[in-house]
Amino acid sequence: MTTCSVCGAELTLHDDAEAGEILDCTTCGAELEVIETAPPVLERAPELEEDWGE
Amino acid sequence: MSVKIGILYSRVRTDEKMLLTELRERGHEVEKIDVRDAQFAIDEAGSVFADLDLVVDRCLATSRSVYATQFCAAYGVPIVNAAETATICADKVKTSLALEAAGVPTPATTVAFTEESALDAVEAFGYPCVLKPVVGSWGRLMAKIDSRNAAEAIFEHKATLGHYEHKVFYVQEFVEKPGRDIRVVAADGEPIAAMTRSSDHWLTNAAKGAETDAFDVGEEVAELVAAASDAVGGGLLGIDLMETGSPHDAETASGDDSPASYTVHEVNHTAEFTALDEAVDVDVPAAVVDWLELKAEAADAADAHLEVTV
Ligand SMILES: [Zn+2]
Repeated sequence: MTTCSVCGAELTLHDDAEAGEILDCTTCGAELEVIETAPPVLERAPELEEDWGE
Repeated sequence: MSVKIGILYSRVRTDEKMLLTELRERGHEVEKIDVRDAQFAIDEAGSVFADLDLVVDRCLATSRSVYATQFCAAYGVPIVNAAETATICADKVKTSLALEAAGVPTPATTVAFTEESALDAVEAFGYPCVLKPVVGSWGRLMAKIDSRNAAEAIFEHKATLGHYEHKVFYVQEFVEKPGRDIRVVAADGEPIAAMTRSSDHWLTNAAKGAETDAFDVGEEVAELVAAASDAVGGGLLGIDLMETGSPHDAETASGDDSPASYTVHEVNHTAEFTALDEAVDVDVPAAVVDWLELKAEAADAADAHLEVTV
């Protein structure tokens, strides 16, 4: 169990969560990045940059 | 044979997650390398690169991908896709030149460096035509230009607001595609699977929410995919084609099949395959990992050969 760094809502990570994965906070909708899985650490995901993506 | 594979990444999308899962389920060792943490010295490989049989570039940012692959090449670490491929595919001008040089049909394209000369290029193409950024992804900042007024406004915005890369005006003919384009994911020119992407919008990227369906790769598309792959140096690629002329499955009044002709408009070097995996029966991540195993074994064999001959 961890908390959203934006709204503070409680979140539970999936068992197979990976560092670097992006999650949506179901409470506030913020994009969160999984920084660590054990113990879970979440940060607000970086904004989209123009050269991102295929 | 179990191999040790490094994954260069900055975001774990569904694509990367499927790859990681497939690799681990097959008993391979995976080293996740977050490029935001990594440092690349020009004279020496960091310890994170030691003992890797193969590195897979899954950088989300094109600029990182271009440089990280060059460092791996300099360190003598086998990497897919190769630095050469990343460098060509990251730049629409280089891609267009490579496709043209290889005789792969690609939309007519003109590059200009000033607003005035770009406007001349647009007028020469006629309306509509397309303006694309030379770097950039997911179909962002692409403009379909319908009139001279629109062209003038867009060029002024780009000149005023744009990054220096937006001072290169990449003008392309508008291809009247039948509401869809074709995405083929191929490994060293060999198609793994393909889908069509349909949309009412002129951009039919999966990232823009297009509808996807499985597509059977015929001989003509297979040949174009192989040629396009060779043109950019091979690797695991997402190759986008548009149908020109008659629709693929159209029959003329005489009952003849009128096969479509194709034009290759994009080659992606960090191909996303989640949408494709959902659209087709092929297990795309499994096929990708099959190919990665081959690459790792080939690199290992080349390495052993070097040790013997040196
Ligand atoms: Zn929240």
